[in-house]
Amino acid sequence: MSTATHPGPATYDVYRAPNPTATDRLLPVRPTYGLAQHVARIGPLRSTTGGLGQSLDAAGLLGRGGAGFPTGRKVHAVAAAVARTRLPAVVVANCCEGDPTSTKDRVLISRSPHLVIDGAVIAASAVGADRVVLAAGENSATHRILAAAVAERPGTALEIGVVGVPHRYIASEATALVRFLNSGDARPAGKLLPIWERGVGGRPTLVDNAETLAQLALISRFGPDWFAAVGTPAEPGTVLVSIGGAVPRPGVVEVPHGAPLRDVLACAGAPATGWALLGGLAGRWIELSGVAGIGYSTAQLAAAGGVRGVGSIIVLPPDGCLLTETARILHYQAQAGARQCGPCMFGLPAIAADMTTLGRGDRGALDRLRRRLPVINGRGACSHPDGAVALAASALAALTTHQPGHLRQHLTAGGCPAPAPVVPLGAA
Amino acid sequence: MSSRTLRVDPISCRAHGLCADELPEVIVLDEWGYPILPTGPLPPEWVRRAKSAAAACPVLALRIQNIP
Repeated sequence: MSTATHPGPATYDVYRAPNPTATDRLLPVRPTYGLAQHVARIGPLRSTTGGLGQSLDAAGLLGRGGAGFPTGRKVHAVAAAVARTRLPAVVVANCCEGDPTSTKDRVLISRSPHLVIDGAVIAASAVGADRVVLAAGENSATHRILAAAVAERPGTALEIGVVGVPHRYIASEATALVRFLNSGDARPAGKLLPIWERGVGGRPTLVDNAETLAQLALISRFGPDWFAAVGTPAEPGTVLVSIGGAVPRPGVVEVPHGAPLRDVLACAGAPATGWALLGGLAGRWIELSGVAGIGYSTAQLAAAGGVRGVGSIIVLPPDGCLLTETARILHYQAQAGARQCGPCMFGLPAIAADMTTLGRGDRGALDRLRRRLPVINGRGACSHPDGAVALAASALAALTTHQPGHLRQHLTAGGCPAPAPVVPLGAA
Repeated sequence: MSSRTLRVDPISCRAHGLCADELPEVIVLDEWGYPILPTGPLPPEWVRRAKSAAAACPVLALRIQNIP
């Protein structure tokens, strides 16, 4: 990914939410870049006495990388595999942030690298790992920050290394990361590779997103009750949100789960009106004024037809065109595929072309999309095609249900006068 | 007895299509030649021919799995 299309922390500022959403658990107002500052804020790393999995279960922590899998269940599964195989585990901190709509992890790491590393070290202790891999985009600012942070920490028996991963969308998928670490091939291995049992070096492997590990570090230190002091009963704690697109102040904000969407958008100076892409490139289009009052949480977003996904919100300008944006994203997703599985390798270019020709007035493309989307869904080794299908289906629903006039304009005039696309795309 | 289901390894599959020749009532091919498999348990009367379909795959991408 180039810096032009993928701004680093220098160009992405952190905005504190106004009350009542103000929190600074992961993003302290004063960055705790150095180890001494980090220890002064959080306290020194304590040896864990076990029970991390139970604490995570009690805290209800869901993974923050996109899939939202319960972190406690992953920890239990890897710990059980270690007991079964008698092999030490490996913990991989996924700091790649491969979705170009997301900037939260790079901001988190630029502000609190040691919190993420603490989380990986605590998880390693809990599951019985002797190695921690911090996986970040090769030659990225994140990579440099992590390497400097690791060099600052006192040496222990635990091996902590930073590994550069190719800047490709699909390379940060969990099984692709494991495959890359094992063989240099950063393509998803899919369900054939049970990484919790036979991952890096054939050992039980825990792969968790950077934000997930930072939350884990805080839960381990302060406990699930402290964690649940903010958020909703079903989903306690805070969450990082990347806000971009046509907003006055794009940036990253930390809000409690359940904060009204309008308050989250207000952090970026944006009103809750118009259309937005929620959850990343594999996300959903949603009309903001209809959901302004719903809480930002995995469950509430899903119930409203959205998705938390990678935790990004990209707002379209008032005259933006989600059909054009979707076609462009689908071409990117087709290009980004690993070219391993037929339904993805052939299906994604087909639906990308369908969406493009629909925008140019090809009425038959509607039927082709309706036929092809369910055929492609669920038939890859990883969920990459499913994400593209979900996005395309969401665009079709938005166009036919909420924007029939705009769709008619495309069908009759072969296009629309929308301004340049705003959804950021990096290198495929 | 546990029931069986058909699974394809999508990475190995090269759209040879021989599985659909062996078991056209159950396996259909998509427009690019890749098999679309039924979800859920395979009716017992199809198990024998499903085994033939799996054996016919030149890259052994099709498998019959026991499901609990």
